[in-house]
Amino acid sequence: MPVVQVEGVRKSFGAVEVLKGIDLTVERGEVIAIIGRSGSGKSTLLRCINGLEGIQAGSIEVSGHKLDASGRGLRELRKDVGIVFQSYNLFPHLRVGENIMLAPRVVLGVGKAEARQRAEEALAEVGLAERFEAWPDNLSGGQQQRVAIARSLAMKPKVMLFDEVTSALDPELTGEVLATMERLAEHGMTMLLVTHEMAFARRVATQTIFMHQGKVWEVGPSERLFGAPQTPELRQFLGTGLK
Amino acid sequence: MIRTFSESEFLFIVASARWTLLLTLLSLLLGGLLGFIVALARTSQLAPLRMLAAGWIGMIQGIPVLMLLFLSYYGLSMGGVDMPPIVAASVSMAIYASAYLGEIWRGSIQSVAWQQWEASAALAMSRAQQYRYVILPQAVRIAVAPTVGFIVQLVKNTSIVSIIGVVELARAGNLVNNATFAPFKVFGTVAATYFIICWPISLLARRLEGRLNARRSG
Repeated sequence: MPVVQVEGVRKSFGAVEVLKGIDLTVERGEVIAIIGRSGSGKSTLLRCINGLEGIQAGSIEVSGHKLDASGRGLRELRKDVGIVFQSYNLFPHLRVGENIMLAPRVVLGVGKAEARQRAEEALAEVGLAERFEAWPDNLSGGQQQRVAIARSLAMKPKVMLFDEVTSALDPELTGEVLATMERLAEHGMTMLLVTHEMAFARRVATQTIFMHQGKVWEVGPSERLFGAPQTPELRQFLGTGLK
Repeated sequence: MIRTFSESEFLFIVASARWTLLLTLLSLLLGGLLGFIVALARTSQLAPLRMLAAGWIGMIQGIPVLMLLFLSYYGLSMGGVDMPPIVAASVSMAIYASAYLGEIWRGSIQSVAWQQWEASAALAMSRAQQYRYVILPQAVRIAVAPTVGFIVQLVKNTSIVSIIGVVELARAGNLVNNATFAPFKVFGTVAATYFIICWPISLLARRLEGRLNARRSG
């Protein structure tokens, strides 16, 4: 059974239809990169998958939780879906460790000791084990983003969504976040990422999706998609994107 | 016969500050509770609740406190509810406080970055959990300064209840002045007493604010 199953999803903001019937299947352990121009609907698609944006038609199913236009079952679904944002969004009033322990404790109801262990494991996974007691404000952007990844990991999600997570970082810090994501992929995490890092998508993603005008324009194994793009739109996008 | 402004007059004025304090405390507790509900309603996802709270705030802020006082003292007694002046005074000051505190706290809640709502929602938190663990702790920091500013206003504005016969600080000063005709001494004492109440509140607020900010980047 696929981890994520998206069928015929349509989404409009007012009169503007940004997703025009999207179908997408993500199998366990797959890493899927979504690329495309700004405004192609790629971030919106990602945000629909954990219900941050509602959909007008179609259905989204994540590890058995079905989401439709009614919005029911949202919280159950979100327990299984981690998302990391471009702007980190750590809780500034909590230390790093507390940031990570909060949701497992109050949402999943795990005990303090187990929450702490989960947090320590998640921090170790992103290479920040020694920053448990730090305040988010005292970390670099790259470190904050890795804490945000750890905060999602501590919920033990079935799939992780990454929404342009390196767009706010300078190249040096981008590298450390991408390395963290690559390690997650190697450890078997199912991942869906919207990115402008073409080289990273090509190397790490098993599949790449090119979105254009609210549709899945072209999809395939990353190597083929980048090596031999079929549509003129993707060729043009890669041509201007890679130089 | 004109009395002289002596120790007993002085003590009478200072002692009457207890009514000012009691009034402030009661209206703050009651008004704070109501104001918190107003703030939550004002930031609710339910439009009718938001409108109701906005209506409440708009209405109370548009009415002079004096009218609230007359309404709850004379109005309710006409309707058969006999209230001692101090109760009528507390109720009207609480209603007044609820609108202003509600508005201050609404602003504080709304100045927490919207991404904080999104991040906590994405972690599957319920609306109540988002408020309890993520939004309100941040809103409190933002709210400290304006809230204390309002409390100081509240202390001073309690002087208005002297009009329905509560002998608090301002009215005590008036009574003593009528007997002694020593306005400088009398109202100097009254003013000093108000200051002694208000100053520590401001001081405490500054320390509290400093501590809350230090915690965050300490």
